[in-house]
Amino acid sequence: MEEKVLEKKANSEQDSQPAVAITNMNKWFGKFHVLRDINLTVNNGERIVICGPSGSGKSTLIRCINRLEEHQSGSIIVEGTELSSDLKNIDLIRSEVGMCFQHFNLFPHLSVMENCTLAPIWVRKVPRHEAEKTAMHFLEKVKIPEQAYKYPGQLSGGQQQRVAIARSLCMRPRIMLFDEPTSALDPEMIKEVLDTMIELAEDGMTMLCVTHEMGFARQVANRVIFMDEGQIVESNEPEEFFNNPQSNRTKLFLSQILGH
Amino acid sequence: MSDSSFVRTEMLKSEAPPTMEGSVLGWIRNNLFSGPWNSLLTIVFGLLIVYVLAEMLPWVFLSSWTATSLRECREIIPLTYGEGTTGACWAVIRERYLQLFYGFYPRELYWRVNLTFVLMLVALAPILFPNLPRQLLYFSGVYPFLGYWLLWGGTIWTPTLTLAGLIVGYLLFNFLSEKRGLLIGVIVGTLLIIFWFLFGVIPITVFLSENVTPLAIEIVESEQFGGFTLSVIIGATGIAASLPIGILLALGRKSDLLIVKSLCVGFIEFIRGVPLITLLFVASTLLNYFLPPGTNFDIILRVVIMVTLFASAYMAEVIRGGLAALPKGQYEAGDALGLDYWKSMRLIVLPQALKISIPGIVSTFIGLFKDTTLVSIIGLLDPIGLSKAIRSDTAWNGIVWELYAFVAAVFFIFCFAMSRYSIYLEKKLETGHR
Repeated sequence: MEEKVLEKKANSEQDSQPAVAITNMNKWFGKFHVLRDINLTVNNGERIVICGPSGSGKSTLIRCINRLEEHQSGSIIVEGTELSSDLKNIDLIRSEVGMCFQHFNLFPHLSVMENCTLAPIWVRKVPRHEAEKTAMHFLEKVKIPEQAYKYPGQLSGGQQQRVAIARSLCMRPRIMLFDEPTSALDPEMIKEVLDTMIELAEDGMTMLCVTHEMGFARQVANRVIFMDEGQIVESNEPEEFFNNPQSNRTKLFLSQILGH
Repeated sequence: MSDSSFVRTEMLKSEAPPTMEGSVLGWIRNNLFSGPWNSLLTIVFGLLIVYVLAEMLPWVFLSSWTATSLRECREIIPLTYGEGTTGACWAVIRERYLQLFYGFYPRELYWRVNLTFVLMLVALAPILFPNLPRQLLYFSGVYPFLGYWLLWGGTIWTPTLTLAGLIVGYLLFNFLSEKRGLLIGVIVGTLLIIFWFLFGVIPITVFLSENVTPLAIEIVESEQFGGFTLSVIIGATGIAASLPIGILLALGRKSDLLIVKSLCVGFIEFIRGVPLITLLFVASTLLNYFLPPGTNFDIILRVVIMVTLFASAYMAEVIRGGLAALPKGQYEAGDALGLDYWKSMRLIVLPQALKISIPGIVSTFIGLFKDTTLVSIIGLLDPIGLSKAIRSDTAWNGIVWELYAFVAAVFFIFCFAMSRYSIYLEKKLETGHR
């Protein structure tokens, strides 16, 4: 009885705390100051789109959130756990945070089903048949259950990216990170991936997306963040961001990507 | 309607290829006579092959299998096939093939060697062919100890106790690494196994043999081993041990931990910088100076250790090539899913890296197996060492080609089998990637 109360308390605490809280974070690649004094709070259920010119540090920023990159100063707190060099914390956070990459990074030696069940079985210790059921559920959600027993090499780019999304979802993450998920795709396939992401957003997933798909940003984002030279230049609701950009750098960027 | 405008009203159906494609004639034309230069090459090499065969085949087949000495051979062959014929004297193989296969292993115990070899094939089967029942792998695990006992004989307690020690050490490692962390598991597990080897196995063996039952079969000394038996023992043990050691060395070389990395780099570079012969000489002579006087450290074991270390250094570099060929995204995807280092290596990185390295790994295996003939230089009687011994027999003094051709043929069978298996494996693991 007491345990249940405690659990409930913990849950409500988790709901009130932000999903990601980044304060005064700095990162260098050698001598290059790639992220400068980043402050960013993402609440549960928020969908954030990060855009900016190449080399502005947007990918590095979201890769810091699951410690694919290490930050040198400031703090990053994900779901109440601070990222430090403690390996246990890192593995814990990584299993709570899903990530999709520009180049999918599916495991080519495993079938689609095995790709989706690997982490649940080995990290979460879920029994195989249960993991397979979950995997099928999410493969249906991304609309490719019929490809479950093929290998990634036999799928199109769009299908591979949807498998990658399903693979992340199988870990039941609380936050999803997308690192330019449509940049490596043919135009015809971009839509199927974006549709999947929109559906995910509608389910209330906390999402951080680095993308240049401004239509997607308008449709699903709560907030659009513009980065340049390693810093957050502007952050606003999509309507305001696109119709009434404040800084000159943002105006220039928007005119270049929306101008044609 | 302008020239640049075109609209297809009906999509084309796929049709059968022209008749030349796929027929034998078509194949010959495409592959042998596709142009004047290719036709010329085909004819020249065709003639060359015919010439070589015409010279070689009579020697191989106009031969004697029955003579008892080289001199007799040289008399019989012209008598049977006509004046001036010089054929091969295969009689030497007929007389000495048992020795070439078994060395000086006691004749009445040949069955033990044969049984070990057959059991080796059984133990290899589940490793080579993943669709066989997995339970067979337990036999593969027990096999090295069983094989050792069958070949060298003596009491069964020594290999059994050794195996038991390893199993207990492994279970302890498993238990501790779950509860107390990997490092403590490795240290305690290893210490237990070393302690068991140094102070446990021999006294308990002696006790059990004297007080319970010896369960012993006749002992065969290492000096009696020879021929292909010796080559296969050294080769197979070296191959089985060098792959896991090579994997660990390759991972160590890519590690972020400075000490681990330096040790691995140092080991690999040292071993690769030294000829195998040198290591074998160290094993056969120098090692005695370093060991306490009176220690009886088996010569075959010493050679196997050296060959294994040598091959693992090369193996490590081959596998490092495979690791380097994997896109960084594979490592990142493993990390992003929350897999720890060992799980990510075992489930994601190594299966792919090893697959990429198959040709290199098998080359190293084949190289290792052929290098076992070098032990003849330190006086072990492998097939080459035996050939020398046979040639110094007065009856066969002066015979060269027949012996070496036979040894070469047997080695070819083993090496070709390994090569074909590697091709089979590559095809099997192909998943349409790239």
